[in-house]
Amino acid sequence: MIHAEHLTKRFGAFTAISDVSFAVERGEIVGFLGPNGAGKSTTMRILCGVFPPTEGRAVIAGYDVVAESLRARGVVGYFPERVSLYLDMTVREYLRYVAEMKGLDPRQRRSEIDRVLTCASVTHVAHRLIGTLSKGYRQRVGIAQALVGEPRVLILDEPTAGLDPEQVAEMRRLIRSLRGESTVILSTHILSEVEATCDRVIIINQGRILAVDTPHNLNHRLRRTSQIYMEVVAPTDAAVERLRGIAGVAQVELGAPAPDGATALTITTAKDLDLRAELAAAVTAAGWGLRELRPVALSLEAIFLSMVTAPESPAPGGDHEVPRRLSA
Amino acid sequence: MKFLVVCRRELRSYFGSYIAYVLLAVFLLLSGYFFYSDLIFFVLFGGYVLPTGLWQYVFLDMRLCTLLVLPLLTMRLFAEEKKLGTIELLWTYPVRDGEIVLGKFLASWIFFLVMLAPTLLNPLIFYRFYQFDVGPLCAAYLGILLLGTAFIACGVFISSLTENQVVSAMATYGILVFFWFLTWNEEVADERIVHVLLRLSLFDHFYNFPRGVIDTRDVYFFLLFVGYFLFLTWLSLGVRKWRGVR
Repeated sequence: MIHAEHLTKRFGAFTAISDVSFAVERGEIVGFLGPNGAGKSTTMRILCGVFPPTEGRAVIAGYDVVAESLRARGVVGYFPERVSLYLDMTVREYLRYVAEMKGLDPRQRRSEIDRVLTCASVTHVAHRLIGTLSKGYRQRVGIAQALVGEPRVLILDEPTAGLDPEQVAEMRRLIRSLRGESTVILSTHILSEVEATCDRVIIINQGRILAVDTPHNLNHRLRRTSQIYMEVVAPTDAAVERLRGIAGVAQVELGAPAPDGATALTITTAKDLDLRAELAAAVTAAGWGLRELRPVALSLEAIFLSMVTAPESPAPGGDHEVPRRLSA
Repeated sequence: MKFLVVCRRELRSYFGSYIAYVLLAVFLLLSGYFFYSDLIFFVLFGGYVLPTGLWQYVFLDMRLCTLLVLPLLTMRLFAEEKKLGTIELLWTYPVRDGEIVLGKFLASWIFFLVMLAPTLLNPLIFYRFYQFDVGPLCAAYLGILLLGTAFIACGVFISSLTENQVVSAMATYGILVFFWFLTWNEEVADERIVHVLLRLSLFDHFYNFPRGVIDTRDVYFFLLFVGYFLFLTWLSLGVRKWRGVR
């Protein structure tokens, strides 16, 4: 559905993205994961026809985004990172305008507007001026305008940024509900977001694709080791000693003790080994108190670091590294 | 036909805010007052003895009202969308840049017509008391219409260059007034240059109309001026394709 081939975009001397290639199949939900300034928005803007790439080409639903820009734009719904709407229009008026801009059949317009109002759950504010709506609602109206006309491809640039947790959950539900109907690309810099909604992840950093894979595989491959954080009420030295003795534990690090004297420990285990049950058993068997036990999530920075420095990578990480698929 | 959609949204935006009504009121007040005082002056100081016709007085003054108001009308067209960021979504809809330019231009132009229409009342009332020859008045209205259209085209272009509305209005004033003063200082410039400047001066092409003269060269000049600036606007929208979007 979406084919990007060797996309490069330069703004003067600044290279925003470099040699970005990927493909997205019909009905897939793909996440663009990367820190701020990685080139996510630039890639998305190219796909949406805001500006053409300096080099390379992108094809959406068979239409070249530069040569057949109007047609390509006709099948894409876009949600920009900075959701900007006309504040002096009511939600319904605005969506009507969007429907007209997208060239919808006038006879279908009304039912289509009602559909997207329901989809984005903004029906009850349909008559309100957009300027009087809260950020969360404006975000939803932004989603609604992207959905107008049932576009075959949806490109959502950080759809959950700036929402409260409840709204984030709702937005993810909405995105998941699109699975199968539309092809979706969404960008985010939150790892858990990708895990919650996406079939596949494209990791991008400094304008280059580092990896393309399923969230599950990625997690798996990235964690050469697993870390577990625990807090026990126990004599420190004895605890460290005892936990070190468990098979599979590679390292026990001592954290700063909790104010009430509990010992904080970070346990590093060999890859793919979930020792949480064993650790808990060992602590309780010794008669100590176990106050906390949780896996340490890899931060995005840690992921990028391990992507670039991963020893098992076939090619050495460097400036001329080609995008590689981590899955077999 | 997407330009009609763009145009309708702009018109909605104009008439949905009180700024439009303030502009409208100021324009009508000023042009009404000018008509009144010009008429008094004309009647008191000679009437048809004067070499200058009544419409020349009235429309040279109306030209100033137009110059005052139109840049304030066009300043927001692109600048506001750039500032708000709404323009980015506009780029992603299946609509040509040319249609966007045309739609926005048309909206301002229709507003200008709405502004101009009530001023017809002044000569209309006057006509009840004195049956003047209508021809020259029509020529004068055609002139002010063309001149205003040129102002709008220039304003649309400037608005596409900036995201600051004040800058947009000020720069439009700058260009328009420059085109006006272009031929004021004929003595300092070389005669041949003055000749060229005269051809370029926006206002020198206007003066014939209130005299009741429709010179096709003047009409062409204004149409070219409008076409040129709309083309420049279209080009300026294309800048994003290599410079990017903020």
